[in-house]
Amino acid sequence: MNINATLLGQALWFALFIWLTMKYVWPPLQKAMQDRQKEIADGLAAGEKGRQELADAAEKVNQELQKTKEQAMEIISQAEKRSGELVEEAKNHAKAEGERIVSAAKAEVEQEVNRAKEQLRVQVASLALAGAEQILQKEIDANSHADMLKRLESELG
Amino acid sequence: MATAGPQTSGEYISHHLQNLHVGEGFWSLHLDTLIVSGLLGLIAFGAMMLLARKASSGIPSGAQNCVEMIVSVVNDQVKDTFHAKSGLVTPLAITIFVWVFLMNAMDLIPVDFLPLAASSAGVEYLKVVPTTDPNLTFGMSIAVFFIMIAMNLKFKGVRGLLKEALTVPFGKYLFPINLLFRIIEDLAKPISLALRLFGNMYAGEMVFILLAVWMGASYWWVPAGAMLSLGWALFHILIITLQAFVFMMLTVVYMSMAAENH
Repeated sequence: MNINATLLGQALWFALFIWLTMKYVWPPLQKAMQDRQKEIADGLAAGEKGRQELADAAEKVNQELQKTKEQAMEIISQAEKRSGELVEEAKNHAKAEGERIVSAAKAEVEQEVNRAKEQLRVQVASLALAGAEQILQKEIDANSHADMLKRLESELG
Repeated sequence: MATAGPQTSGEYISHHLQNLHVGEGFWSLHLDTLIVSGLLGLIAFGAMMLLARKASSGIPSGAQNCVEMIVSVVNDQVKDTFHAKSGLVTPLAITIFVWVFLMNAMDLIPVDFLPLAASSAGVEYLKVVPTTDPNLTFGMSIAVFFIMIAMNLKFKGVRGLLKEALTVPFGKYLFPINLLFRIIEDLAKPISLALRLFGNMYAGEMVFILLAVWMGASYWWVPAGAMLSLGWALFHILIITLQAFVFMMLTVVYMSMAAENH
């Protein structure tokens, strides 16, 4: 073997290449690889999250739909109930109104009858008095015969 | 063979094992090792640097994807083995794996391509695979050794390191033996790292050279030799990757031993 100063030269080359690798090759490559690893991991996580969110959203949509359906059913049944009530109420109201009108008419008729009776009674009394006057040819003292007239009046009533 | 002619087999082989060098004695340089390994490193790490600079966390381009794959495989190995916190160990492991793999891969270029091209350009010797030069493997493993010591000091401090060297594994009363064991153990690490890589690659290269020599002997041998060369090259793809991985993995293990208290 032939050992000489080439050994030192080779050691220098070696040192130079180690320095180059340590300074300019390894750190940027390592950074690029780590960044890529992180990006891929983040991307996968984001995809997984998106899928999960989609599933959640679909679930929520279903729930909302279900809820809305129930609400609609409820509203419809309420409306049916309410319309029934309204019809019933209107019926009752109309019935009551009719009765009221009828009773008012009856009362008025009765009043009219009474008033007519009253007038008749008065007229009959005075007619009777006038008749009696004619018959007796003498004036009857209305005051002294008030009791008798009253009795007569009540008999006519 | 194009190099046939006045060359004998012995000359052919030793020509292939000769580095292009300048200078004499210890202060000489193997230019081919330095230039090939340096160029490979500059191209590979330069390209990775450019890629890393515009790397984004979005969809990665093909090249970025490829680099990220290599880098994250290395990083996973480091994370499995090295549990302390350090900004150095992963880049160190990436550097070793990528660089050693590329230098080993030069072995897959047929043995005569580049030396012939070089000799026609006037360069007499060229040893193409830098990892068959022990200077390179020792250069790397000794650098790893010093980083390991620095790592020891950083995580355990001088006192912690001394205490560990003196009392592990036999307790404080046998401290000379402990220290001796520790020194042998630590020295064995860079030596085994360097010799393992060097030996594997040198032997692999040798097989290619011998097959080339065999094919050079007669045209009759060319089909069989070509098949064997192809087979060996296919098998070698496994070896070069494995050796790069082993060098990297052992370095990480040494670093984790340095950083953790046993």
